[in-house]
Amino acid sequence: MRRTVTVVAMPGLRLLFRFSPSGRSSATFVLTLILISLARSMAAQDTPLISGGIGFFTDTSAGQTSYLPIIEPLLAAPLGPRVLIESRAVLLESFDPNGGGMPGYNHSHFVGLTYLQGDVTLTSHITLVAGSYLIPFNTYNDRLSPIWIGNFQRGPLIANLGTESTGTGTGGMLSGSAVSRSKYSLSYNAYFSSLVNNSYFQARRSAGGRLSLFMPDHGLEVGFSYNRQLQGVKENFYGAYAWWGPANSGFQLRSEFASGRHAEGYWIETAYRTQAFGGFDSIVGRLEPVFRMQQTFRRDATASDGLPPVNTQIADFGLDYNLPHNTRILASYSREFASTGNFNIWQTGIVYRFLTPAWKGK
Amino acid sequence: MNPKHILFSIALLSSSVALAQTTTQTQPTPKQASNSHPAAHVTPKQEDAGSRIFRQNCSRCHNAPEGFSPSISDTVLRHMSVRASLSMRDKAELLRFLNP
Repeated sequence: MRRTVTVVAMPGLRLLFRFSPSGRSSATFVLTLILISLARSMAAQDTPLISGGIGFFTDTSAGQTSYLPIIEPLLAAPLGPRVLIESRAVLLESFDPNGGGMPGYNHSHFVGLTYLQGDVTLTSHITLVAGSYLIPFNTYNDRLSPIWIGNFQRGPLIANLGTESTGTGTGGMLSGSAVSRSKYSLSYNAYFSSLVNNSYFQARRSAGGRLSLFMPDHGLEVGFSYNRQLQGVKENFYGAYAWWGPANSGFQLRSEFASGRHAEGYWIETAYRTQAFGGFDSIVGRLEPVFRMQQTFRRDATASDGLPPVNTQIADFGLDYNLPHNTRILASYSREFASTGNFNIWQTGIVYRFLTPAWKGK
Repeated sequence: MNPKHILFSIALLSSSVALAQTTTQTQPTPKQASNSHPAAHVTPKQEDAGSRIFRQNCSRCHNAPEGFSPSISDTVLRHMSVRASLSMRDKAELLRFLNP
């Protein structure tokens, strides 16, 4: 049995969810435990860790409210000085209103691995990543998609462009820091993904890469991404991004642009925390107003890339609260504008991020 | 939006602010905190380099976790060095910052 689950109400999360039969999941879990056991001989600072997020989200789109309790555990286990095994999974239960004017809710659950990869440090500039990995196209997919990181519950509309709709590739990737100076650093990723149709790691044949330049004095990072789909509709995707966060200002700007043969789009997001009322850890300093604007443009009617079938604009206004003990509250109002209709989206959520050794270290 | 959901959101936010206030008032002293966060022991020089690299590379994406066991500091770094493409020099500075 094999199926890919798409959660329409949460485009940002749709990349993550793949359902696996419980028997095979158990086999994977046992394999993971074996890997942890092998890693028990590590030095004191190399204890395997368990991290991740536990969240509860609500989403009211066009008057219909869904509820989503979710757990995203992450495991990282070193195997010797050069190898790290890491994996992230997702477990969720989705409660959605019955359609067609029927009262009540139905619910469904999903369990799946988001990625499972081995990182082998070859040299100080090259790390080989093998297995199922998050495709490094622009920044959202591999940096911002965990529930304990994103400023908004929903991911951007263009998150599917250049990430082969599953968000993961299965194969190999080289990544690392090409040049690192005090004034700038240049990093890269280059990958090849093969076609995989099994239950755990569905991936398409594709190749691509990303080049990033970071200038710490200016808090500026810019990068370019490329992805070529090598099966079905052979399509090129291009991406560019810019992040800006002046030091100690509490201000952050993130933006991305992505373009494919049939559609393109961008998003730009700002976030701000003030230090003016007792620092970032004061009651006011923990407040984080966030704003995001995004647009998608469809070039033709061939909807092969997961973007909306018509030109769409969304303005997101959010207010996050960074509680002590690694807990965040996310609340947002969004207005979506499209020729198929305009509607409001209200979202609330609370996320707790945990980080702990897999067992008591020395 | 359903009024019940608005009330729920307001209640959630209010209780969170109250919790934050309570917790802020009971924050451990640096001496108490030093047991949970190894970075509390750092010398000024180490803090300069390590905290700068932490701000520049880690805080760009996420909030800093509020302390973790020293036994996983190297694992955290190895995990994040792939995500953030950390150089060897930055990894060494960060490890010193986390485990002075």
